[in-house]
Amino acid sequence: MSTAVALEPVIGIEIHVQLATRTKMFCRCRLSFGDPPNTHTCPVCLAHPGVLPVVNGEAIRLGIVAALALGCEIAPRSVFHRKNYFYPDLPKAYQISQYDEPLGVNGHFSVLKPEGEFEVGITRVHLEEDAAKLLHLSSGGRRAGAEQSVVDFNRGGTPLAEIVTEPDLRSAADASEFLKQLRQTMRQLGVSDCNMEEGSMRADANVSVRPVGSTELGTKTELKNMNSFRFLERGIEAEIARQTGMLEAGERVVQETLHFDPATGELHSLRSKEEAHDYRYFPEPDLVPVVPGREWVEQIRTSLGELPVDRRRRWMNELGISYEDAEVLSETTELGAYFEDVASQVDAKSAANWIRGELRSQLKDTGDTPWESKATPERLAELIQLVTDGAIGSSAGQEVLAEVLVSGRPPAEIVDEKGLRQIQDTDALGAIVDQILADNPKETGQLKGGKQKLIGFFVGQVMKETKGSADPRKVQELIRERTG
Amino acid sequence: MEALTAEQSIAAITSGQTSSEELVEEALRRSEDDPWGAFLALDGERARRRAKEIDAAAERPPLAGVPIAIKDVLSTRDLETTAGSQILKGFRPLYTATCIKRLERAGAVVVGKTNMDEFAMGSSTENSSYQLTLNPWDMETVPGGSSGGSAATVAARQVPWSLGSDTGGSIRQPASLCGVVGMKPTYGAVSRYGLIAFASSLDQVGPLARTVRDSALLLSHIVGQDPRDSTSLDWWKPIEVPDTERLDGVKIGVISEMLENGIESGVKSATEAATATAAELGAEITEVSLPSSRHGIAAYYLIAPAEASANLARFDGMRYGARAAADDLLEHYERTRGEGFGPEVKRRIMLGTFALASGYYEAYYARAQRVRTLIVRDFGEAFEKVDLLLSPTSPTTAFKIGERVDDPYAMYMSDICTIPMSLAGLPAISIPCGVADGLPVGLQLTGPAFSENGLFSVAHALEQAIDFDALPETLS
Repeated sequence: MSTAVALEPVIGIEIHVQLATRTKMFCRCRLSFGDPPNTHTCPVCLAHPGVLPVVNGEAIRLGIVAALALGCEIAPRSVFHRKNYFYPDLPKAYQISQYDEPLGVNGHFSVLKPEGEFEVGITRVHLEEDAAKLLHLSSGGRRAGAEQSVVDFNRGGTPLAEIVTEPDLRSAADASEFLKQLRQTMRQLGVSDCNMEEGSMRADANVSVRPVGSTELGTKTELKNMNSFRFLERGIEAEIARQTGMLEAGERVVQETLHFDPATGELHSLRSKEEAHDYRYFPEPDLVPVVPGREWVEQIRTSLGELPVDRRRRWMNELGISYEDAEVLSETTELGAYFEDVASQVDAKSAANWIRGELRSQLKDTGDTPWESKATPERLAELIQLVTDGAIGSSAGQEVLAEVLVSGRPPAEIVDEKGLRQIQDTDALGAIVDQILADNPKETGQLKGGKQKLIGFFVGQVMKETKGSADPRKVQELIRERTG
Repeated sequence: MEALTAEQSIAAITSGQTSSEELVEEALRRSEDDPWGAFLALDGERARRRAKEIDAAAERPPLAGVPIAIKDVLSTRDLETTAGSQILKGFRPLYTATCIKRLERAGAVVVGKTNMDEFAMGSSTENSSYQLTLNPWDMETVPGGSSGGSAATVAARQVPWSLGSDTGGSIRQPASLCGVVGMKPTYGAVSRYGLIAFASSLDQVGPLARTVRDSALLLSHIVGQDPRDSTSLDWWKPIEVPDTERLDGVKIGVISEMLENGIESGVKSATEAATATAAELGAEITEVSLPSSRHGIAAYYLIAPAEASANLARFDGMRYGARAAADDLLEHYERTRGEGFGPEVKRRIMLGTFALASGYYEAYYARAQRVRTLIVRDFGEAFEKVDLLLSPTSPTTAFKIGERVDDPYAMYMSDICTIPMSLAGLPAISIPCGVADGLPVGLQLTGPAFSENGLFSVAHALEQAIDFDALPETLS
C-alpha cells in the first residue's frame, strides 16, 4: 500500500471504581486499605460452605448516584449474575456481577476542553464485587520467578461500579481528560475516592484504528489496568502508534489483551481472543433482582445537586472566568463552594485571581485549605472589594490578607489600624500634585515637553509625600491631567 | 423405653415424667448403636451439656430439650460438617446454620449429623463417600436419599425427628421409602443460610418426623425471614399444629400423569386406597393433569447441575477442606477436586458446566428455565380447580442396595413425582399410606405456595384415618 490513507484512533474506556461504602458488597466486613492481610474477612467473603451473599444497600445507592451522574437511565430491574472462573483470588470461583441487565444504561458524559466540549456515550454502569489481592513473593515482586503466591482477602468482596463508554474518544489526551473529569465527578458525589495508586479507580482502554471517514470499527485491543493518567495516555499513544504502523505496513491487528509497561514503554500480550474465557454467566440464584423504587431514584437524582461539569460550564459562561480558573477552582466541592461564595460578593475574576494566587500562596506555609482558614468568604470578599475600590493598594492587600489569616479580623479594621488606606480624595491629592510640580519646575517643563519617563519621578515624589497612602494609578492620572 | 414422638417427649418432660437429659441420653444410646449407618457424627458431650442446661433453666423453652438429628449438609459450628464428601473431611465450620440456631433457641438438642448422598446428589444415600445407610424396614434396601440418614434415624426410632434438605425430592422420597413423614416447605420459607448449596434455586430445608403434628411443630420453629438469606420470605402467619379429622369440602386433585407407567403396582394401589380414604373423609376427588410435568426431570437435570457446577466450584482446597499435594495451580485444582469429589458429583458438575457453556446456554439452561415456567403455570391452573394435589411420592418402594448405582437414569427417575413441585417452589408433604410387599409407600400432597397449614391439616386427617403405625421389622 503506497497511497497513504489518513487513519484515526477509536477509543473506549472501561473504568472500575471502588464504591465508598463502609462495608463490603455482600457481607458486613469493613473496607480497608493497607491493614494487615486477612483481618477483614468472614465466612461469607471467604466463601465457606453454606454462606449466602446479601446486597449492600449503600452500594446500590452509590451505583445509582454514579449512573445518574453519567446521564444513565436507571433500570427498573437489574440482575446479578455469576461469572465463573477458577483463580485463587476468587474464593467462590465465581464473581457476582451484573451482566445483561445492568443498573444503568444509555448515558452520556460531557468533557470540557479549553476549545469547547465533547460528549462521551456511556454504554452501561453495573455493580460487581472485587477479587482478593494476590501477592507474589519473590525478590522482584513479579509473578515470573515468584517462589510463593499468597492471598489477602481484605479486598475480596469490595463493591465496584464498572463504567463502560462507547468508542467515542479520538485521542489519548481526550481519554485522559475524560477520565480526570469523571474522577472529579465521582469524588465530588462521594461515589468513590478514585485513587488510582491505591487501585480504587482502575481503567482499561479498548483501542482500534480505522481510516478517517470510515463508520466501521477496526479490530480492537484491550489495554489492561493502567494505574495513572500519564500511563493511560502513554499506553494508548503507544498502542495507536503500534496499530497505525501495522495497518500502514499492510498487516492485520490481532484482537488481544495487552499490558503496558511504563518502565520500558512496551506493550506485552496477556492473552488473545482464542484463549478467552467462557465465564458461563447465569443469574445468581442467591439474590433477588434489584428493583429500585421510582421515588427513591428521583430522591437520589435531586440530592445530586449541580454536577461539576455543569458548574464549571456555568462559571465560564456566566461568571466569565477562564477554563483554567474553572478547572482549578472546581477541584473539590469545598473549594468550589468557597469560590462561589466569594464570587457572589465581588467580581468573579478578581475572586478567582485572589483565591488561585495570593490566598493559595499564603496558605502554602500553613497547609490550611481556604475554607478551613480564617479568611472566610466574607473576609476575602471585603478585602478584594477594598483593593478593587482603590482604598488600598495590592501590596497592602497582601499584608492585610496575611493578618486576616492570623486573626480573622475584618480587613477594613486592619487597614485603618495600619494606616494603609490610600488617599482617594481627588482634591486633596490634586493639591499635593500641584505642590510637587511647583517645587520641581525644571522637571515639570521637561515632562510637558514630552519626556514621559519623568512621570515615574513625580509619582515617586507624591508617594513619598503621602507616605505611600496614595493610589499610584490615581496620582499618575492627576499628573497627566496637569502636564498633558 | 418406648420411643416417644417429639410431642409426647415435650409432654413427658413438661409433666416431670422424664427430663431432657434422660431423653438425650436415650437418643445417644440408640444412635451409638447404629446398625443402619444413619449417623456420620454424634455430638454427645455438647448434647448432654445442653440437655442439663435446659433442665436447669428457670423457664422451659418450647421444645423442652427434645433431641434432634441434623442432615450433614447443614453447617454446625465446631462440629464436623462434610455434606457426605471427602473434600470436606474434617471440616469444622465457623458458624451454625440459621435454622439450627432457631431450633436450639427453641430448645431442641442436636445429637448428631446424619448420612447423605454426597452434596445431596442422589436418591439412595449410596453416594455418600463415607458409608451406606440401610433402610430400617429391610436392611438390604436403601433408605432413599439424599436425606437417607435423617429418614432412617427417625424410622429406626433413634430420635423423634430430624432436619433434611430437599432439592428435587431429597426429604420426601427417603421419608416415603422409610415410612416416615417428610415435608418440603415453600421455597423461601426456611433460611438457607448454613445449608451447603447444591442447587440454590431449589434447595429447601424441612422436617422429617413420625407424625404430621411433629412435622408442623418442627417447621413452625424454623420458618421466617433471615437477613442473611435474601431469598427467605417474611412468614407472616404462624405454622399451626393440625388436629383435623374430616376433609369435608376439601378439593383434592389426583395428578393423572403420576399414576401412569413407571409407577409400581403396589404403590399405585396404596395411593388409590388413600384416595378412597380421603373421599370417605368428605374430600371431593377429581383428576388433574400437569402436562408439562413430564419434562420435569429433563429440566431439573439441567438447572440443578448448572447451579451445582458453580456452587461446588468453591471447594478448591485453598481455604478449608481436603487439599491434595501439587506442584502448580492447575495440578492443585485437578488433584484436590479429582480426589475430593465422588463420581456422581463429578458427573453433575460436568453436566452443569456443559449446560452453561457459551453456545449451549440457550439450548439447555435457558430452555430448561422456560420449561420450569410452564410447570409453574400448570400448577397454577390446577390450583384454580382444586385445593391440593395428590400423588405417590416415589414411583417405587425402597429398592435394593446397588440396584441403581450403575444406572444414573434409573436413579434419576426415583424423583419423577417430587421434582415438579421443587421446580415450582411449592410445599409438599409425604406421609406413609400403606405397605407394599413389606415396604412402606408414601403419599404426596402438594399445595400452592404458603399453603403449609392446609397441607398439614389434610395430611393429619388422612394420617389419622390411615392409622399407619407399623414398626419396621428390624425393630420389632
